[in-house]
Amino acid sequence: MSDDITRRKFLMATGIVGFCGLTGFTGYHVFLKNPLRPYKKPKDPKAEKAKVVVIGGGAGGAIAAKYIRMAAPEIEVTLIEQNKEYYTCFMSNEVLSGERTIDSLKFSYEKLSSQYGINMVYDRALGIDPEAKTVTLQGGDKVNYDRLIVSPGIDFKWGTIEGHDENVIEKIPHAWKAGPQTVTLRQQIEAMKDGGTVIISVPPKPFRCPPGPYERASQIAHYLKQHKPKSKVLIFDGNQAFSKKPLFFQGWEQLYGFETDHSLIEWIPPEDGGKIIQVNPNDMSIIAGEFEDEYKADVINIIPPQTAGKIAIVSGLANDKGWCPINPETFESTLQKDIHVIGDACIGKPMPKSAHSANSQAKVCAAAVVSGLQEQEMPTPYYGNTCYSVVGEDFGISVTAIYQLVDNKIQLVEGAGGPSPLNASAEVRKREVIYAESWFKNITHEMFN
Amino acid sequence: MIKKIIKYAILLMSTLIVSMMTYANEAYNPPLPLVAGDCITCHGTGGSSVGPATPIIASFDSETFIGIMEKYKNDERPSSIMGRIAKGYTEKDFIVMADYFAKQAAVRYPQKVEAEKVKKGKKLHQKYCERCHENEGNTDNDGTAIIAGQWMPYLQFTLADFYHGERDIPKKMKRRMVKMVKKHGEESLDDLIHFYGSQTQSDVEIEVEVEVEVEPVKKVE
Repeated sequence: MSDDITRRKFLMATGIVGFCGLTGFTGYHVFLKNPLRPYKKPKDPKAEKAKVVVIGGGAGGAIAAKYIRMAAPEIEVTLIEQNKEYYTCFMSNEVLSGERTIDSLKFSYEKLSSQYGINMVYDRALGIDPEAKTVTLQGGDKVNYDRLIVSPGIDFKWGTIEGHDENVIEKIPHAWKAGPQTVTLRQQIEAMKDGGTVIISVPPKPFRCPPGPYERASQIAHYLKQHKPKSKVLIFDGNQAFSKKPLFFQGWEQLYGFETDHSLIEWIPPEDGGKIIQVNPNDMSIIAGEFEDEYKADVINIIPPQTAGKIAIVSGLANDKGWCPINPETFESTLQKDIHVIGDACIGKPMPKSAHSANSQAKVCAAAVVSGLQEQEMPTPYYGNTCYSVVGEDFGISVTAIYQLVDNKIQLVEGAGGPSPLNASAEVRKREVIYAESWFKNITHEMFN
Repeated sequence: MIKKIIKYAILLMSTLIVSMMTYANEAYNPPLPLVAGDCITCHGTGGSSVGPATPIIASFDSETFIGIMEKYKNDERPSSIMGRIAKGYTEKDFIVMADYFAKQAAVRYPQKVEAEKVKKGKKLHQKYCERCHENEGNTDNDGTAIIAGQWMPYLQFTLADFYHGERDIPKKMKRRMVKMVKKHGEESLDDLIHFYGSQTQSDVEIEVEVEVEVEPVKKVE
């Protein structure tokens, strides 16, 4: 008799438990969350798939577009890029020395777009309407977005040096966006007589590619050493310090007679009159320093001060200094909702403005956009940067850094990263040149395949 | 009695709901874990480097991978940059990376090899290296890593480091290396490099030029 009661009670209890569990389970899934489905089904059956638009097909944009498609093929991605072909600015200094061809920097979007189903729109973005969530193109079309990623690179601040503006760039090239400008500068260097002078002007920080101007001077010196050994490169620098300075100086001493009478390179910091205040394209001279000294040159490469790409400026994404403030976890603009800014254009300090940083930020941003659209938790971000500089024959150097998000700020991981050791062997310097090439091959393969 | 059962039922239900809630708020996992994002720029998509020198790390055994990263982090293995990079990550990070790369199929791109050297290298491998680098270098035998199809400049750097005493070498390997060089000369090291470099896929369409001339491994004077 008591066994029956116990068994009955047990069965009833199991039934209650089972019923409660089932109710809880079903109720939760149906009414609250639906975790078994990665993509949230829109309530309106006529609703479109989520749309992400990326402005800029460079080191940031191409990667962001790719990684969103890789993660969530149900998300439509449109990549707006004004040029059918992309010339990498990274490694372009080697075109100036003749160590590589301009074609080796050229890449098309065909493979990337077909492999990952990215809608390519070869046009220029003129404006963004953050309320209507549209991007207006130069060709007249408007593109809708649910989320927008702006990766426009840089644009130049004209008029900070007297006599220098966008109208003189064929004569006084910047070559700080690769392609025709790179070729122009190379041709000018080739046409120069032996014994001539090349002037490079470095703007005050921040600018795209911190070691770039010094690698440029190195590569030009490398060419001059072989072909025009009586010539000189003068670096007029708006900065007292620069990335990998001790390593560059070591390389210049070893290869180019730095700080001797017959040095191929001279570095003029601001305290020694390195700030250029005027350029005269007609007689090919510059005026620099507090004593307004005049210098004549055969080739003048003014790298102008920079801001975020124009589309970011006109769309209210930039601060008064011309760079875009962002939430470092997601790269969402702090000024406009549902718009993310990555790469050179964003304030990603302490990450430098480099292709690798753009690549790294793009991956974090892609994760933020996908997890945001899928209403899932953003994973822990990791960021990194590695910059290689080829100082000359068998002399490569690098600087690397890993970052984490700490107290909602991007923070360098201490005790890690850093520049190549000063006492590295000749063999290691040689290997770093080959690894620089490997970095280039792999990052471009990732971007365009 | 019923009260007790109802209490347990409520407990079970709440546990069920709580566990479901934590499941629902699980972090989004990108196909490429963010911690491994910065590896790709040098080591290639999925860890299949397109060269010329950064090594393929795709399909590496995860224990081997973790061991290598730990060695770099503790300066127990020489490198031009990996030591600096490894210090930026924790062991947990290495596990996530290792897990990811272990699952990636390695693409071994064609390399320029010399047929004569490949032939010699194959024989040398069989005699001196197959014991640990099984299956013609295709098997990772307790940390030997996969050397078949690896980028030749990288193999050259590695062998040079072993040969010049820059890098710790297992006693077994040192004995065999010394014996091999004594009998066959330093060229034998290049023959091996060409043999491993020849073990690439012929079905890969992408044209990749190895622009780097692989230097012979010579004893430093």
